Amino acid sequence: MSSQSAIPNPQSAISVTFTLNGSSVTVEIDPADRLLDTLRYRLGLTGTKEGCGEGECGACTVYLDGVPVNSCLIPTYQVRDRKVETIESLDPRALEAFERCGATQCGACTPGVVMTAWWIRGHPDLLRTHTIRELMAGNLCRCTGYDGIVDSIKEALGER
Amino acid sequence: MRRREALAKLTGREQYVDDLPLEGFLWGMTVRSPAPRGRVTAVRFGKDVDWSQFVVVDHRDIPGPNVVALIEEDQPVLAAGYVRHVHEPVLLVAHASREAARRAVRSIEVVVEAEPPALDFRVVAPAEQIQYGPDNVLKRLKIEKGDVERALARAPVVVSGTYETGAQEHVYLETQGMIAYLEDDVLVVKGSMQCPYYVLKALQHALARDETRVRVVQTPTGGGFGGKEEFPSHIALHAALLALKSGRPVKLIYDRGEDMAATTKRHPALVRHRTGLSRDGRLLAQDVEVVIDGGAYVTLSPVVLSRAIIHAAGPYACEHVRIQGRAMFTNAVPFGAFRGFGAPQTQFAGERHMDVVARTLAVDPVELRRVNLLKDGQTTATGQVIRDSTDRVAVMERALELSRYREKQGEHTAFNATHETLRRGMGLATFFHGAGFTGGGEVALKSRLRVAGRADGGVEVLSANIEMGQGTLTVFTELAAARLGLDPDDVTIAEADTSRVPNSGPTVASRTTMIVGGLVERAADDLRRRLGLDHSARGADVKQAIRRWHLEHPAEPLFGEAAYEKPPGIEWDDKSYRGDAYGAFAWAAYVAEVEVDLRTCATRVIDFTAVQEVGKVLNPTLARGQVQGGVVQGIGWALMEECTWQDGAMANNQLTNYLIPTSDDVPSIRVAFIENPYPHGGGGGAKGLGELPIDGPAPAIVNAVAAATGADPRTIPVTPERLMELMEIADFGLRNAD
Repeated sequence: MSSQSAIPNPQSAISVTFTLNGSSVTVEIDPADRLLDTLRYRLGLTGTKEGCGEGECGACTVYLDGVPVNSCLIPTYQVRDRKVETIESLDPRALEAFERCGATQCGACTPGVVMTAWWIRGHPDLLRTHTIRELMAGNLCRCTGYDGIVDSIKEALGER
Repeated sequence: MRRREALAKLTGREQYVDDLPLEGFLWGMTVRSPAPRGRVTAVRFGKDVDWSQFVVVDHRDIPGPNVVALIEEDQPVLAAGYVRHVHEPVLLVAHASREAARRAVRSIEVVVEAEPPALDFRVVAPAEQIQYGPDNVLKRLKIEKGDVERALARAPVVVSGTYETGAQEHVYLETQGMIAYLEDDVLVVKGSMQCPYYVLKALQHALARDETRVRVVQTPTGGGFGGKEEFPSHIALHAALLALKSGRPVKLIYDRGEDMAATTKRHPALVRHRTGLSRDGRLLAQDVEVVIDGGAYVTLSPVVLSRAIIHAAGPYACEHVRIQGRAMFTNAVPFGAFRGFGAPQTQFAGERHMDVVARTLAVDPVELRRVNLLKDGQTTATGQVIRDSTDRVAVMERALELSRYREKQGEHTAFNATHETLRRGMGLATFFHGAGFTGGGEVALKSRLRVAGRADGGVEVLSANIEMGQGTLTVFTELAAARLGLDPDDVTIAEADTSRVPNSGPTVASRTTMIVGGLVERAADDLRRRLGLDHSARGADVKQAIRRWHLEHPAEPLFGEAAYEKPPGIEWDDKSYRGDAYGAFAWAAYVAEVEVDLRTCATRVIDFTAVQEVGKVLNPTLARGQVQGGVVQGIGWALMEECTWQDGAMANNQLTNYLIPTSDDVPSIRVAFIENPYPHGGGGGAKGLGELPIDGPAPAIVNAVAAATGADPRTIPVTPERLMELMEIADFGLRNAD
């Protein structure tokens, strides 16, 4: 039983400044706060979802300095002076292929899936050494069976 | 048409229950039983917590009967002095800080004077474990056709086999959750759910409120698979009790660990077959015993058992069939609805048994199925005459052709003879799934639905059937638009809010498109009739008439309505379990190709073909997605998804050690539809589709593992450990023979 952990109290609050979707933000947080909770409950960016809270499902994927990470595993203080991007930063017009190919069903994994997929699209060199299925393996989806997701990424990459 | 809400989901704008803005709310948490059975002798509140800051609810705070209303009234909202399973809710706490509420839960000790729990549904419980009736049997059901004993005695060959399937966790990616608050005197409960009217009924009953003082609203639901059929009523009641006591809005969201440990799962099952056959493989008698683990309360187990036994004999013709089913009480966390609802368990057993029969008789598994698959005019186990003109052998042939079954078998023989460490094999399953409620269920539901005319000339569909990823919003839009000749943009689907939408029944049993879809069309027809329009009126004429009606009748509602009507010729007798169990069956044949690594005994599905006849396919992208998702969920159940239990509690309640398939664990799923419109289905002939694809993968895959390795797995999941054990036994036999 950890009776120490964290009713937020002014004594333990620290101030963290970082770049969020291109703008500088400063939040008062508890040192134990997860980036996922700071984004969702403090900054109101609810596009990032919690699926498992232990880095297995990828629903909470955001970019930290341009690299996809599970925001449930990142203490918020660690993003001090760094660059965080969330699903809210993506241009919806770019998601046409995902809409067309059945990449989303229930939608709970979808923002995380889209973040990873978009990162693959921006780093096509990865596909020389990895398959799309390997690169997407950190994002669990329980609805689509993954074909809709893989097809969408192929389309977005202009492979088909 | 593309999925209606796709862009909102892709951009993260879709708001699930935990995303909704809520002012000044408290986080609710649940304090649970640490033991599987016993008297609660004390509840100790930790001294390190200032309890004046917390709202605490126990069973004495329940205004009405302490019961979650479902089939039986046996399950309490909160345990009152006695617990029947681990994680049974005992107390509720709420605080403005989530972390403070978590800490409070950890500092409460529920003391249970332990009594001997019943934890194995497969064995006869000793007297001290009996807690339900004389023998812990929650429900017994029986199907009888012909004279099984006589037919078995006369059969040239009798093949027996016992098969087991484990619990399966739904792993909807959005965990369960609810918010509750008071709006004047009306209690509003919103959350992730499949059946708003089930939640409404449970709230009214236990909170002793009439329907004018409770409103239930479904929020976008991040997957359900049955897991959000009956369980959300519990969370709704808990959130509501805390909101009523505190006078503040309450949010109660399970984290993954709590969701996996405390909510329902697929019923574990044990199925025994005794099958009489002619030497060339014609089925002469099927004697089947089905036992499922119901867990600590009745919940939906009797209905799951019903569907399990109705599907237990498979899509085959046999004159003499006896199927006896039992749902057992145990002190396990209650099992519940899960996609397929009993049918996957019995069809795993049945289809695995077909291959065991084939091996015993040395006949080809394909030929065994070919001679026994139901032909039009023949009857199912319940005596239902099949006359839908679907060629079930052709469905199978298509699957064999698309999967290159025969060619691959030849290739595998060569591959397996030369490869040092890998073995490949093909496996087939032919199966069926009845859609909609069983027997008289749809009649009893009395589903109603409205299509309203909006002032701007568009229409709004008012139904209690919800979107959870399967495509309700899109399909209902397509159906209403097509019926009235409108643009899809002219159609809106009302939020499933019980204060606005009629009860069109639960979003379960693959019934939404097939049954409720038909109501959308008939309600649209009724709207046209109320407008005084001819049946052929479409598009601009309809819109204009709606607008004109509103100008002439300001402030009066305009809607068309439809109620369920039983298709002609459907007769079911619940007492004898004879008759037409379902309005229609969907038929399928799935083929799996697997590769087993002899060093690790790990099995990979390297190719998968799913062919099905589901009536008319209304939206090819959505339909394909349902099949692919169902197949991959089935691959997980067959090979890797295993709940491990410790004293009645799930020990691996996290995604780190309860594994579901990733994109890299599964191949692309090849899907083909054979369309044979069902005259009474929505959209000009749809049959139910959502559950069918979970029935076939497990037997197809395990049959393929058997073909690849010569091992004979009878229990799923076929984890590497389980397969290794079987292979070692086989090896040991070999070495002894040497």
